[in-house]
Amino acid sequence: MAFLELDGVSKSFTVNGKTKPVLREINLSIEQGEFVAIVGFSGSGKTTLMSLMAGLILPDEGEVRLHGERVTGPSPNRGIVFQNYSLLPWLTVFENVKLAVDQVCRGWTTERKRERVLEYLKMVNLSPAAQKRPAQLSGGMRQRVSVARTLAMDPEVLLLDEPLGALDALTRATLQDEIERIWERDRKTCVLITNDLDEALLLADRIIPMTAGPGATLGPSFAVDAERPRDRRAIAKGAEFKHLRRELTEWLLTVARQQPTLPVSAPSSPQHPVVSGAAT
Amino acid sequence: MKIKATILNGLQLAGLGAFDPVVRLLSGENPSAQLPKIGQFILMPIGGFALFLAVWTIAASSIQTRYGSIPNPKAVWVAGSQLLAAHQKTTADRQQFYVDRDKQAKEYVEKAATLRTAAADPKNAALKDRLDEAAVKNDGLAASTMKRKYAGSPSYLDQIRTSLLTVFTGFVLASAIAIPVGILCGLSPVFMACVNPFIQIFKPVSPLAWLPIVMIVVGALYTTDPSEAWFEKSFISSAITVALCSLWPTLTNTALGVASIDKDYINVARVLQLSPSSRVFKIILPASLPLMFTGLRISLGVGWMVLIAAEMLAQNPGLGKFVWDMFQNGSSETLAQIMVAVFTIGGIGFLLDRIMIVCQRMVSFDSAVSA
Repeated sequence: MAFLELDGVSKSFTVNGKTKPVLREINLSIEQGEFVAIVGFSGSGKTTLMSLMAGLILPDEGEVRLHGERVTGPSPNRGIVFQNYSLLPWLTVFENVKLAVDQVCRGWTTERKRERVLEYLKMVNLSPAAQKRPAQLSGGMRQRVSVARTLAMDPEVLLLDEPLGALDALTRATLQDEIERIWERDRKTCVLITNDLDEALLLADRIIPMTAGPGATLGPSFAVDAERPRDRRAIAKGAEFKHLRRELTEWLLTVARQQPTLPVSAPSSPQHPVVSGAAT
Repeated sequence: MKIKATILNGLQLAGLGAFDPVVRLLSGENPSAQLPKIGQFILMPIGGFALFLAVWTIAASSIQTRYGSIPNPKAVWVAGSQLLAAHQKTTADRQQFYVDRDKQAKEYVEKAATLRTAAADPKNAALKDRLDEAAVKNDGLAASTMKRKYAGSPSYLDQIRTSLLTVFTGFVLASAIAIPVGILCGLSPVFMACVNPFIQIFKPVSPLAWLPIVMIVVGALYTTDPSEAWFEKSFISSAITVALCSLWPTLTNTALGVASIDKDYINVARVLQLSPSSRVFKIILPASLPLMFTGLRISLGVGWMVLIAAEMLAQNPGLGKFVWDMFQNGSSETLAQIMVAVFTIGGIGFLLDRIMIVCQRMVSFDSAVSA
């Protein structure tokens, strides 16, 4: 039995009386301790998929199961890092993390809770900013707070919903390294949603491309067997990575051609996944 | 440097950004950058005010009313000074009254004590009953003297104080109703649907329509003996009318703030499985505070405007009654004194608004606060 399972999951939304299928027939099983990346076009329903796994929304058909039990709502054991950080702006960095610690570590002494908050802030290199408010932080720092808050809940599954999507390339690279380092520490089951193929290649054990919406579904798995920690240069130049990247890109573009709603004439348009250095 | 930054921040917070360039100039920053700003934000308003005074002076002399010509700025200034002087005199009179009263009461008490000592003396056994009777009489006189209150009319500053107290009471009352109801409205669309018709119908009602109802109801319910009551009826009627008219902006803004809370915050609360009460107190209330304070600020402004009308009709000893009394007196100083009241009302309204802006800036986590 897989650790986290999606079994025939479909979801549609009704807007102005019109029902629009977003996801159909999603089947996915993730083993404990596995790092899975899901890549796909913008607007293909990746965030919907993430919300389903988090339990923030429930599927129309099929079910999501965590170690065999059906997911019926959100819970701290499926910690989600939101794309837009979702920090509470009236609380300091410390208080934002403490909100999660207070909720998960009931019955602990104040001192022990404080130590836990500080421990996680240290893990994301934010100790000096503990008393600042989110508005005083850069985007990268805000996302670190969000990561610390989620990790402090000690979730069984870590759901990363395009966590670095809004950051500049250099900050992205730094945070990717940090996510890698933190993940190596206790190898939690992790699902990363991204539109950056290189990010997926750097972090994931397995990459699953998603077809374009509406009615998106998952494609075949592409295993990434390379040793960790992976070298950024090897990802840019290494033959194995080049091959994987080409295959993934081919797959995504083929799927996109079959979808008449998507512009496929310009493969480098921002609608498409980032395929820097890909030999298409 | 640090002091300068603190002062500049303080000015910004207090909404006195106009004085920013002055501080910068005094601290030695480039005058060519600061002087135009001083010109625009300080000299221009002063110039505008001077122009207003000039037009007023000219216009005043050309309009004749049954109380004489319209007072010019100087006459208003004089009237203001007279009101202040009268306040000082009233204060002195009142103090003297209470000193005299206490002195007299003390004399009665002492007399009663003397009479009792005499009554206890065996030599006066024959007169004992009459002496005791006299002592009791003096006790009664002392008690009734202490109950006497200064009956002179309140001074201008006393009236301002009453007005402030009334508006503050009404505002607190309005907030105590509007904030909880607003939160409920924002949380529950069903509750909102139930309450909305009342909000829409009562919101535009003028204070003048509420006041008679309030006065009658207060008159029926508030039957405490006037000499023992903490508040006068007119005070309570005015405060309730202020509350009835000023609670709507707070209510609607609180409801809007709670209803339009960022969905991400709610998602955080859901993932953390916060209990309903911590969801309200840790997420929803702090997130809707800025809009709530926008509402409170509008409410206080409305309350202050309503108050003057309410006081006029309810005869609550405040600024509204002052204006009405002056109008009824019809002396040559009437118009000047009413104009002093107009400027006072405006000035206090402005100050109250500034105070609310400072509060609003202090609670808002996003810097977008409209001035």
